[in-house]
Amino acid sequence: MSAPRRGPRRRTRERLAADAALTALAAAFALPLVWLLLSSLDPDADLRVRVPSSPTLDNFSAVWTDEITFTPMLNSLVLCGGATALTVVCAVLAAYPLSRYRSRLTRPYLLTVLFTTCLPITAVMVPVYGLFVRVDLIDTVYGTALFLATSQLPFAIWLMKNFMDGVPRILEEAAWVDGASMPQTLWRVVLPLMGPGVTVVTIYTFIMLWGNFFVPFMLLLSPDKLPASVSIFTFFGNYGSVVYGQLAAFSILYSTPVLLLYVLIAKRLGGGFALGGAVKG
Amino acid sequence: MRARPVRWLPLAPATLLLLLFLAGPIGYCVWISFTDMQLTGSSGTSFVGFANFRRAFADPGFRNAVWLTVVFTVLSSIVGQNTLGLALAALMRRASRPVRTLTGTLVIAAWVLPEIVAAFLLYAFFRREGTLNAILHWLHLPTQNWLFGLPVLAVSFANVWRGTAFSMLIYSAALAEIPQEITEAAEVDGASGPRRLWHITLPMIRRSIGTNLMLNTLQTLSVFGLIWAMTRGGPGRRSQTLPVFMYDQAFLKSLLGYGTAVALLLLLVGALFSVVYLRLMRVEV
Repeated sequence: MSAPRRGPRRRTRERLAADAALTALAAAFALPLVWLLLSSLDPDADLRVRVPSSPTLDNFSAVWTDEITFTPMLNSLVLCGGATALTVVCAVLAAYPLSRYRSRLTRPYLLTVLFTTCLPITAVMVPVYGLFVRVDLIDTVYGTALFLATSQLPFAIWLMKNFMDGVPRILEEAAWVDGASMPQTLWRVVLPLMGPGVTVVTIYTFIMLWGNFFVPFMLLLSPDKLPASVSIFTFFGNYGSVVYGQLAAFSILYSTPVLLLYVLIAKRLGGGFALGGAVKG
Repeated sequence: MRARPVRWLPLAPATLLLLLFLAGPIGYCVWISFTDMQLTGSSGTSFVGFANFRRAFADPGFRNAVWLTVVFTVLSSIVGQNTLGLALAALMRRASRPVRTLTGTLVIAAWVLPEIVAAFLLYAFFRREGTLNAILHWLHLPTQNWLFGLPVLAVSFANVWRGTAFSMLIYSAALAEIPQEITEAAEVDGASGPRRLWHITLPMIRRSIGTNLMLNTLQTLSVFGLIWAMTRGGPGRRSQTLPVFMYDQAFLKSLLGYGTAVALLLLLVGALFSVVYLRLMRVEV
């Protein structure tokens, strides 16, 4: 009978040990983030974590200009917003027959989609560049948006189909009996019932595209078309002496939208399994 | 129900996009990898058979890139993200609520942050005058010029910092599904922590381990921005993994045919992992 008696005390000890270990790990994960926050407030920021002697918002006002912040952020919004809209519309349309009708082709189609989800998209960028030069899509925002949309499409279809499977068919059948057409059923009955699912796919797609660096880095050339993901790199890579504080301030401005959006959908994505295949850079 | 083609019409836009912008480039990739296409000059492109591939396997730069990709993947994905993710998930089950929330938030924030911001933060962390050396100095430990001396280690750590959240989420879900009674029974029988881990926990989550290793590896194979922004593959070629090598050959050296052959090899490795992953998951659709 010794085990139950020893139980609670051991449990407390285990909890303390786990707390200590996790706190140490959390500190290691926090250090780069702390640097970001402190440097953005420090007019003389350098590369190490340091509490600013006289914290100001000067770095933020220095980057708060058309050239550094507004144009790239607006470019990002147009590029990623357009691509996200296209992805979500195509994914909803594709998910409907895949979820509702049976055919010999459904399974191979879905397996191909899942297979594509896992492919390293980075490897496709060289031929995409070659192809874009050929068909004159290079340095066009719509061309880049079309490719970005396609790159997220497999996962969006997969996720959307799973959400749609959760909507019972009974209601649609009632609508069909009343003489509704397929587009009407999709628009009036199915979509309203899977609102949260569509929201998750939309936000997730947008977050992925907002952070995407390689695709616009390859396909867009004109400085005035570059989204924030690339403009921050040119700012960081090409300036002779980098003003670290300003760079940190801009990083914060650029990251804030996706951090906020993630908080919005975190609960529904928390399981981790829903994300299978979703982590390509 | 009769087969009515019009019902499948909604699949058309997505299928069209996937064919034009994904299947198309992959097919084009197969074609140019067998040619000597160059970016500059209008000397014309001719078919060269397997020359690009023969050249790749004979090229020390390529072999270096393959080796570094293996090192980077093993260090950051298999050892780093996987083990640390499991450790975090396991510790979080025992920890108190505030510590759990705090750790989870920080690890996930590192994951949600855009790639280039993450690269920039870790560049600052690993620089000679950066935070890591400041801490080591304070602890009276030897400092290092990390990005110069051990660039692969630095970018691997960066990838662990950025990618561990995914493993943590997968393992948290997997551990939550282990029935409580089994662990408790083992505890009453006097099984120690390590033995419980080895004989009960690991076998019960083996499918999650497989999924996680596969997805981590696929993600790590395609990392470009993180490495490019931190080291540009340097110094010399000492952190030039396959994606960076591919970019360098195709664009900086203008050898589009050769760069594409490298891309095709990368794609084939990815496809192989994907197939294994799909089989391992025994996906139900």
